[in-house]
Amino acid sequence: MRRGIRGATATALVAGLALAATACGGGDGGSGGDSGGELSGTVTFWDTSNDAEKATYRKLAEGFQKEHPKVHVKYVNVPFGDANAKFKNAAGGNSGAPDVMRTEVAWVADFANLGYLAPLDGTPALDKTDDYLPQAVGSTKFKGKTYAAPQVIDTLGLFYNKKLLKDAGVEVPKSFAELATAAKKIKAKTGATALYLRGDDPYWFLPYLYGEGGDMVDARDKVVEIDDGAGVKAFKTIKSLVDSKAAVTDATDGQENQLKALKDGTVAMAVDGPWDIEGARAGKAFKDKKNLGVAPVPGGSTAQGSPQGGWNLSVYAGSKNLQASYAFVKYMSSAKVQQQTNEKLSLLPTRKSVYEVPAVKSNEMVQFFKPAVDGAVQRPWIAEGNSLFEPVKVQMNKVLTGAASPEQAAKATGDAYRKLLKDYK
Amino acid sequence: MTLAVRVRRALGTHWYAWTMVAPVVLVIGVIIGYPLVRGVFLSLTDANEANVERNIGVNHLPATYKFTGLDNYRAVLSDGVFWDRLGWTVLWTVACVSLTFLVGLTLANMLNRTLRGRTFYRLALILPWAIPAFISVFTWRMLYNEKNGILNKLLAGGGIDAVPWLNDPTWAKLSVIAVNVWLGVPFMLVALLGGLQSIPGELYEAAEMDGASAWQRFRHITVPGLRAVSSTVILLSTIWTFNMFPVIFLLTRGGPGDATEILVTYAYRLSFIDSPRNFSESAAWGVLILVLLSVVAVVYRRALRKQGEVW
Repeated sequence: MRRGIRGATATALVAGLALAATACGGGDGGSGGDSGGELSGTVTFWDTSNDAEKATYRKLAEGFQKEHPKVHVKYVNVPFGDANAKFKNAAGGNSGAPDVMRTEVAWVADFANLGYLAPLDGTPALDKTDDYLPQAVGSTKFKGKTYAAPQVIDTLGLFYNKKLLKDAGVEVPKSFAELATAAKKIKAKTGATALYLRGDDPYWFLPYLYGEGGDMVDARDKVVEIDDGAGVKAFKTIKSLVDSKAAVTDATDGQENQLKALKDGTVAMAVDGPWDIEGARAGKAFKDKKNLGVAPVPGGSTAQGSPQGGWNLSVYAGSKNLQASYAFVKYMSSAKVQQQTNEKLSLLPTRKSVYEVPAVKSNEMVQFFKPAVDGAVQRPWIAEGNSLFEPVKVQMNKVLTGAASPEQAAKATGDAYRKLLKDYK
Repeated sequence: MTLAVRVRRALGTHWYAWTMVAPVVLVIGVIIGYPLVRGVFLSLTDANEANVERNIGVNHLPATYKFTGLDNYRAVLSDGVFWDRLGWTVLWTVACVSLTFLVGLTLANMLNRTLRGRTFYRLALILPWAIPAFISVFTWRMLYNEKNGILNKLLAGGGIDAVPWLNDPTWAKLSVIAVNVWLGVPFMLVALLGGLQSIPGELYEAAEMDGASAWQRFRHITVPGLRAVSSTVILLSTIWTFNMFPVIFLLTRGGPGDATEILVTYAYRLSFIDSPRNFSESAAWGVLILVLLSVVAVVYRRALRKQGEVW
């Protein structure tokens, strides 16, 4: 341990004091590229898919080699939680960054703002752009240029255990108020808790906020909105759900705990996204795959909404193999690969034409999530977009543990936003 | 004697020593000196991720940050966040160091005698030290899991309600302290055991002959005999605990809320979680931490010197 500490102390010193001292040169990556019209060299791809998805993605990514035999695809799975920081370290230090990065929708503007991404307009990476869903394109643009190609689109839905709700004799709740009422019946009849509430991840706060007609910021008029009435109400909703025992929550390990609770049938419902469909179906509560139902996220007192999310593919501006990287992005974002992704993982395509394919059309999850995605709320695609979450997380924890009142939490979040966004009101 | 002559003579006499330490001086200069100077410099600017010099492949983005004097320090010191975090960091350090020291001292005394299986006990107690810190911290995190962790399963067996180990601000504080004590005890144990073994046995025998009780022997032989060792390990332990990044970060990430956030984890937040990464303010936090620890070390040394310690 003490050795560890000394290492950590050194790291803290080095990291804390000399963050910019990492500008050492180097970088790997194959040379090559566009020799005589045929692509060659290596394309390193950082994929952020989860454990249930990664084997499929590796196969799909390596499928590129069939079309371009001289190109070697180096597939690297980087856990979602570390991916943003890892890419920034590598790209900023100009050492070890991948050629192609799977970028979360909120990361594109951030990375592009720092100069890390190659603009894709006019390159082979963008193919048949008219085919993309308009809402999927929003996050790929920053200051008039396109920095990514949409890969998958998603939003949150309410996953529910059909059997538990039936045993309790309750309908799928349409609002969080209905959910709170149904919770007593569910507990009494089945012993299960109604909802697992992700108290550890601020992304899950958005449905509560949108349900009250609020938003984090208004990027057009440059106004911080989270500390108005809607923000306070949203904090109140999560607090009362947990206090009334309608929901259970955690401040850490929410992803694992939520999935486990859902799989084991200890909770009847959870707000989750399509990326956990495969994971949930692996649980004992869903041995009969039909037992997993998905409904729109419950609404608040005035509205209903869930955030639009998803993943894009971006090319690192310092890539040594730009041509092959563009081609790889084109391939991974193509209708064919999107269709295969959907067949294997039920993830939602970003191309209109893929939704016309019968196999995709008849996919139960697509039938649910497509309308949900169409109605999903787009976030402000600003460079600081991703930084807006951390203050919410801190305050959400505080509200749920009783360390702050909903009013204090909303105000503190707003103050943190104004610190980040210097020109906002 | 002029300076030049003095330098020449010093070099002439000690050239061999200088040559021998040169590599070490060089390495320390590169891995500690340069970052330190660079950090102090950055803390006096408004550098962040978006305005420092960057090379993206062949593209070169020049640095555009500027010198802002002591603005960062003014901002940090006038912000309540710094003082809140400092308060908890001090509490955390004092609690961890005192508990670690007391437990280490007790165990060292228990093991400083011949008893059956002594080697086994010694090895078992040193084990936490042999495991990489992040592995033990992750293990603890799994034990602490409120819904699925072993600790709560055990408690449930005894009919006790689940304890929100990491989900409640107060429990989380106790939990991180417990883990840090668990990790820190072996170091104390080994150091103090060494100290105990260097106290001559005759002293105890003589005291026993004079009719001193066990407590009196401990108070008047063991404690003074250990002073040199304990003052060193307490100072080291204070510095380490004050900057104990891995335990806090890997267990709670400073949460729930900011309940367990110490100064270094907050500095990390500024420079790695916010975007664009705020290098300058983070560097200012780093320099302030360094200053605080230096002051503590100097004061502590003074206090010891007054008591007649010689280091």
